[in-house]
Amino acid sequence: METLEIRRTAAGRAPGTKGHAITGVVASGNLEVLLERVLSDTQCEVTVKTSVEGFGDVWRAVIDDFVERHSPGGLRISINDGGARPDTVSLRLAQGVRLMEVDG
Amino acid sequence: MKAPLTKYRTGSWYEATGRERVAGLLDTGSFTEFIGPEKREVSPHLARFDLPEAFDDGIIIGRGTIKGREVLLAAQEGRFMGGTFGEVHGAKLTGLLRYARGHQDAPRVVMLLLDTGGVRLQEANAGELAVAEIIRAILDARIAGVAVIALVGGRAGCFGGGGIIAGCCSRIVISEQGRISVSGPEVIETNMGVEEFDSRDRPLVWRTTGGKTRRLLGGADAYAEDNIASFREAAINLLDRIPAFDLDTMAQEQARLARRLEKFGRCQDTPEIWQAMGIAEPDRIADLPDEDFDRIAHAQKEANHDAR
Repeated sequence: METLEIRRTAAGRAPGTKGHAITGVVASGNLEVLLERVLSDTQCEVTVKTSVEGFGDVWRAVIDDFVERHSPGGLRISINDGGARPDTVSLRLAQGVRLMEVDG
Repeated sequence: MKAPLTKYRTGSWYEATGRERVAGLLDTGSFTEFIGPEKREVSPHLARFDLPEAFDDGIIIGRGTIKGREVLLAAQEGRFMGGTFGEVHGAKLTGLLRYARGHQDAPRVVMLLLDTGGVRLQEANAGELAVAEIIRAILDARIAGVAVIALVGGRAGCFGGGGIIAGCCSRIVISEQGRISVSGPEVIETNMGVEEFDSRDRPLVWRTTGGKTRRLLGGADAYAEDNIASFREAAINLLDRIPAFDLDTMAQEQARLARRLEKFGRCQDTPEIWQAMGIAEPDRIADLPDEDFDRIAHAQKEANHDAR
């Protein structure tokens, strides 16, 4: 297992008021993403625990792209990864911020 | 903006995640989770094996309403570690069942969305203990008048301790894709040889453990199509037909099992059982569409006993 801590500054606050959300399942080639609205408006922290070691650069590139596209300010994002491909990771992160927009 | 959760109702139960099943089974927006993923009650064992954890340890528990009726509910995530019973996973389910029994203001119905290969091998002792505690908690809850309804139709099936847990429930709903057994196909093959049971023979596996077989033998009480709406409808229909849990039911069940062994004990495969039960064209059961199959199951006395 490898743990990565990635901190970024987002352009703005993630939309919505929901406190937390989860999407995805920890399985081979899949991952779960837990999002919590606990940080200040432009901060975004991502913690990745992955079963596949040595892909830190790819994770950082995927998360840079995500922060630029979705502006997830205020979110602490925790990932349990079972060896998902970068496109699956991008999809789950996008699903996650979308779930945070929904009420309740 | 509201989440379009109702879309999950049309989706396949087999393909859905545990959370999608919960969202679609219950009335839209009615679910409140207990010890949710944000609490991070993860397995204390998996890290030692260098294996990834899940924030909910592969089980979602909570309460909600189904057609307006309050229920407690637990859903296993069959894709995380095969939906297996680990220490935390099991403790969450035990706690839910004890809550149902111990609090008069708690809902009097517990739905168990089982999707499990049994005990998690990496935490085997804790998992075995958890299964024993869950069985005890189900029986205590039923004695206190709580209805415990199992829903089986997931990827992992319902094997090992999960098969015993299902058998302890008040009612069982199953789909064609669902499987209930104790020793799984691979386990039987490993221990007894491929001549005894070929785990790669999918039709054999389903003929032996699958939903149609369980329903026709009376090992499951309702048959659902493989979609969330059908499971919801079947569960709602069962809520008003919960059998008594008393000595009389147990005695009937024992007598029924003895008769089953006497009548079918020499059969080598399930079509022989269907033939002995007087079902026309027993070899076609596996290929029947859901609706036709359900009609046959309803007509069979053997399949519709309170004593399962």
